[in-house]
Amino acid sequence: MTTKQIQMRIMTRAVLILALVWGTVVWAAPKTIILATTTSTQDSGLLDVLVPQFEKESGYVVKTISVGSGQAMKMGEKGEADVLLVHSPEAEKKFMAEGYGITRRLVMHNDFIIVGPAADPAKIKGVTVASAMKQIAQSGAIFISRGDNSGTHAKEKGLWKAAGITPDGQKWYQQTGAGMGQSLNVAAEKKSYILTDRATYLALKKNLGLSILNEGDSKLLNIYHVIELNPVKSPKIHSAGGKAFADFMISRKAQDSIKGFGVEKYGAPLFFPDAGKNPASLGL
Amino acid sequence: MDLILDGILQALRLVAHLDSEVLAVTLLSLKISCSATMISLLLGIPAGTLLALATFPGRRLVVSLINTGMGLPPVVVGLFVTIFLWRNGPLGFLEILYTPSAMVLAQSVIATPIVAGITIASIQNLPANLKLQVLALGATRLQMVWILVREARLPLLAAVMAGFGGVISEVGASIMVGGNIKGQTRVLTTATVMETGKGNFDVAIALSLILLTLAFGVNYLLTVIQQRERPR
Repeated sequence: MTTKQIQMRIMTRAVLILALVWGTVVWAAPKTIILATTTSTQDSGLLDVLVPQFEKESGYVVKTISVGSGQAMKMGEKGEADVLLVHSPEAEKKFMAEGYGITRRLVMHNDFIIVGPAADPAKIKGVTVASAMKQIAQSGAIFISRGDNSGTHAKEKGLWKAAGITPDGQKWYQQTGAGMGQSLNVAAEKKSYILTDRATYLALKKNLGLSILNEGDSKLLNIYHVIELNPVKSPKIHSAGGKAFADFMISRKAQDSIKGFGVEKYGAPLFFPDAGKNPASLGL
Repeated sequence: MDLILDGILQALRLVAHLDSEVLAVTLLSLKISCSATMISLLLGIPAGTLLALATFPGRRLVVSLINTGMGLPPVVVGLFVTIFLWRNGPLGFLEILYTPSAMVLAQSVIATPIVAGITIASIQNLPANLKLQVLALGATRLQMVWILVREARLPLLAAVMAGFGGVISEVGASIMVGGNIKGQTRVLTTATVMETGKGNFDVAIALSLILLTLAFGVNYLLTVIQQRERPR
């Protein structure tokens, strides 16, 4: 065989293999729903437990798009998602008032905490969260903000406002524009303060070297709701699938999974199930 | 330093145990990027050949556009492909957003200008008289084009490598149009971003090493084919 023939053979085979590979790339699967959610539910690993349970039980395939709560709600407004799992109560109320959602149900909560270097240069340990914010601003210690319109970012902006501080443009105030996990890594590297949900912090703690410096204030509650979207606003929404997922999230089974999630690995639960509770009982 | 060692060990462990998730992610990366490269070859080589040989007004402009496209930022492609594929977008009826097909589409858009640009350069680099000689020997125009493409096959393999290298390594478009969905659209690059975000640096390093090995393997294969015929 001449080199040319060998080369031809290799070429034909390469083309055949590529054709086979192309043939097996799957096309859009039927019965899929799009869940737009926050980075905390993904980065903490909770959805890796809940989504397979739901898929097995319902036969739906879930496409989880984990973005900030703000972007998740934008996707909902545009009809680019079928169900939302978010934690930005003020923005959610506005979303519902504008008619984009049909039901909004309480799923679970945990809390936000302020973490930072163990040396705590702004001395925020044990003070109220309002004083903590003020002291961080006064001390000029770096504070890392998500800056991405997520639920955590919305909460943080609310805390600055309540403390009467405008952090924008200050040298000590730095925005990452990234998810919770990524932002915690940045804060760890810069030895700075950051507001985080407890679940993501506990899941990432081992690599961070950041300590919990302020916690427990009722203003730091972090509440997750599941929102079914209004098909009237966008007829392309799979409302049956969205409803199935929302119903699943408040079912006994999902709530038990939420309760047990992380207990073994972190020694404490990361989320507390709240389905069916009156929001007022959480201090809302 | 420990972290990098841990990463290497973790990579070996994942590969040695044939970790099913890592295997699936690796295969999907390969499938998507090979498909996209193939589409870009089907589009880019004919387009590049045509542009190298034809003369028409505005040709320079088109070639400049293609050369600019060789550096098309993946996030820009990702953003536009996402907007087009939205349910309410112009191509929403396809219903392929957040599927591997969407990723193939986005990566094809990234790779096609790369392939076309290198094709133009390769064909134009052939001896100027070759075209005349071939025609003088009585070849039809189609035969002439075929002979020129064959003559340029070595640099064209570089186009394949550049195209494949461009798409297997990109993350911006893949994460936007694919969504990094577990078991569906998670590929090596998006998984690396996610594991880094989760603080699992050892897994992230392991995935990076697998990606590098894969890119090296494919390029090595192509280089062997290319260098076999090197003029000596």
